[in-house]
Amino acid sequence: MPDADVIPLVPDPEESGPSGSRTAHDGPSKAARLIGNTGPQPAPSRARSISARAADRRASGPSAQDAADARPAPEPPRPGSAPAVPDPGPDGIWSDPEIAALDESFWEFVQRRMAGDYRVDDFGFDPELTDRVLLALVRPLYRSWFRVEVSGLENVPSDAGALVVANHSGVIALDSLMTQVALHDEHPAHRHLRMLGANLVFQTPFIGELARKAGHTLACHPDAERLLSAGELVGVWPEGFKGIGKPFSQRYKLQRFGRGGFVTAALRTGAPIIPTAIVGAEETYPMIGNAKSLARVLGLPYFPVTPTFPWLGPMGMLPLPSKWFIHFGEPIPTDDYDEGAADDPMVVFNLTDEVREQIQQSLYRLLVARPSVFG
Amino acid sequence: MSRTVLVTGVSRYLGGRMAARLAADPDIRVIGVDVVPPDVPVPGIDFVRADIRNPVIAKVMGEAAVDTVVHMGVISTPKQAGGRSTMKDINVIGTMQLLAACQRTPALRRLIVKSTSAVYGAGPKDPALFTEEMEPKHRPSSGWAKDSAEVEGYVRGFGRRRPDVAVTTLRFANIVGPRMRTALTAYFGLPVVPSVLGFDPRLQFTHEDDALGALHRAVESDADGTFNVAGPGMLLLSQAIRMVERREVVVAAPFFPIVGRALDPRGYADFSPESVRYLTYGRGLDTSAARDVLAFVPEFGTPEAFEALAASRRPGARTGGEVRVA
Repeated sequence: MPDADVIPLVPDPEESGPSGSRTAHDGPSKAARLIGNTGPQPAPSRARSISARAADRRASGPSAQDAADARPAPEPPRPGSAPAVPDPGPDGIWSDPEIAALDESFWEFVQRRMAGDYRVDDFGFDPELTDRVLLALVRPLYRSWFRVEVSGLENVPSDAGALVVANHSGVIALDSLMTQVALHDEHPAHRHLRMLGANLVFQTPFIGELARKAGHTLACHPDAERLLSAGELVGVWPEGFKGIGKPFSQRYKLQRFGRGGFVTAALRTGAPIIPTAIVGAEETYPMIGNAKSLARVLGLPYFPVTPTFPWLGPMGMLPLPSKWFIHFGEPIPTDDYDEGAADDPMVVFNLTDEVREQIQQSLYRLLVARPSVFG
Repeated sequence: MSRTVLVTGVSRYLGGRMAARLAADPDIRVIGVDVVPPDVPVPGIDFVRADIRNPVIAKVMGEAAVDTVVHMGVISTPKQAGGRSTMKDINVIGTMQLLAACQRTPALRRLIVKSTSAVYGAGPKDPALFTEEMEPKHRPSSGWAKDSAEVEGYVRGFGRRRPDVAVTTLRFANIVGPRMRTALTAYFGLPVVPSVLGFDPRLQFTHEDDALGALHRAVESDADGTFNVAGPGMLLLSQAIRMVERREVVVAAPFFPIVGRALDPRGYADFSPESVRYLTYGRGLDTSAARDVLAFVPEFGTPEAFEALAASRRPGARTGGEVRVA
């Protein structure tokens, strides 16, 4: 979407903040189109819908009269607005990746957020918060700290569903966050990565809330298939806690790939699998020990001991500034299998192995090519 | 074709409106049943003061040759019943008696049960959206949700014993609207609304008119089965609290029920473990079966339904006593 607030690819601290410049454009604002779109509108005699209030508040300049006219009857169909409406689709999933880039000032944005006047999709994904706040918070880490280099973006479809499967490492799941930033900032279609997480994520206060708002959901078949069939880009890290909690000596050795549930989901929906290799994350927190009994007390899958953590306290939580490479490999198609392939364990195991093998190979290639850990 | 419909729970708001809505059809004779007479007489219905826990209900049904039963008599809070044990009695024993009477009524063709999406429970292992055939990941262990799950179990049993009766169970997301009063609307009416620290659950609502519309559709339709009913879209709890212009007070999970009850000394809101789980993890419903099979599409989305509640509370809103019969 060219009229949206495209974040420049060159690091530029002045423009990358949440209050970056907005482009003014004619016609109904994206916000009005966005909000006027969900579900039927109540009759005028009933309460004014939040969309109407939002339209009033946003009315300014040449479009003020237009919005004032709209006041008694919420959301009259305005000429030219209908076909351009980003449709949330039959499952209520936003398809427009730039949906959140609204032409309003930062202060108006804050006020509208404070009034609760925004929409989330069925999974609790808040595209506006993700684009304007959450991604902006991790972007400095992506650009300046890890200096992530991305390749193979042409293998990621622009408008169709696909399953991004990557290796998992680095004690806390920074690699998944960086992949999300990479696909949003560097992919021409600015795709949102909808990740599948363990239920531990969703029962943890704050983390669970943020994960849902950033577009992620529980790793389970119904959610994976729902997202894929809606054409979303879904991310899985099948190694799970085995991957991020492995000792430093095991770095870049892929762990077991769960039960291959992600392959079943891809087969059922015919979505291609994109094997993705991430290099650099292993060195952020070199885990030299695991305080197992402490982990058990805290109810965690592992408790990391690194050269700096917990010895230096909060300072030890700072990741080492390793240089990162993310490579999106050639898609593995899943739509040319027979009808019952998803229920055939042999097909699932073979495909799982193929994905695993491809990721391992590209890991080795990236490792050989990188000049040094901190590049 | 002339029909005779028996509606339980007519003395409460939604039951009364449902009975009146059905009675507006001249081909339908409506018999309303409740233990107390309605505050405002429902026009066009025959009211029978009876307790569904009493076998007399079978006689009423047999004599009137009832062909459709709309069971709306499951109550949601102990407050309404005067105690948890009475509530359980009315909900579970009442339903069993009603089903026993249904089994003895040869003319019966349709049974429609108003249930709740609370039967799915709530927790971190839940999928984003529940479809009707999914088993709950966190089975409800108390209160209304557990009663409803038991009621549904008995209703399924009845369906097996009387295969000639089409059974439709509607699982509603929380019903809200300008006049609907439930434990959840009481929660949003608290002077400061407590929420659980670090969680912002997804909530779904059904507008009261849509709830009636869905039940009406189930009476008229030939389709049967179990259907989720909710307005499309989602609201986060934090959004909902802002829409009703209340101040949110964030409370750590272990203290949430205590603080909640302290803020609500009269006990209208529900801080039972089930309700707390819902307000922590939220829940979503897949409503495509209602759309595709039952051909029911709600008029109000979830945000619009909740906005109807919020608007009724703003100063200057019509708070009149008129019951709008849709």
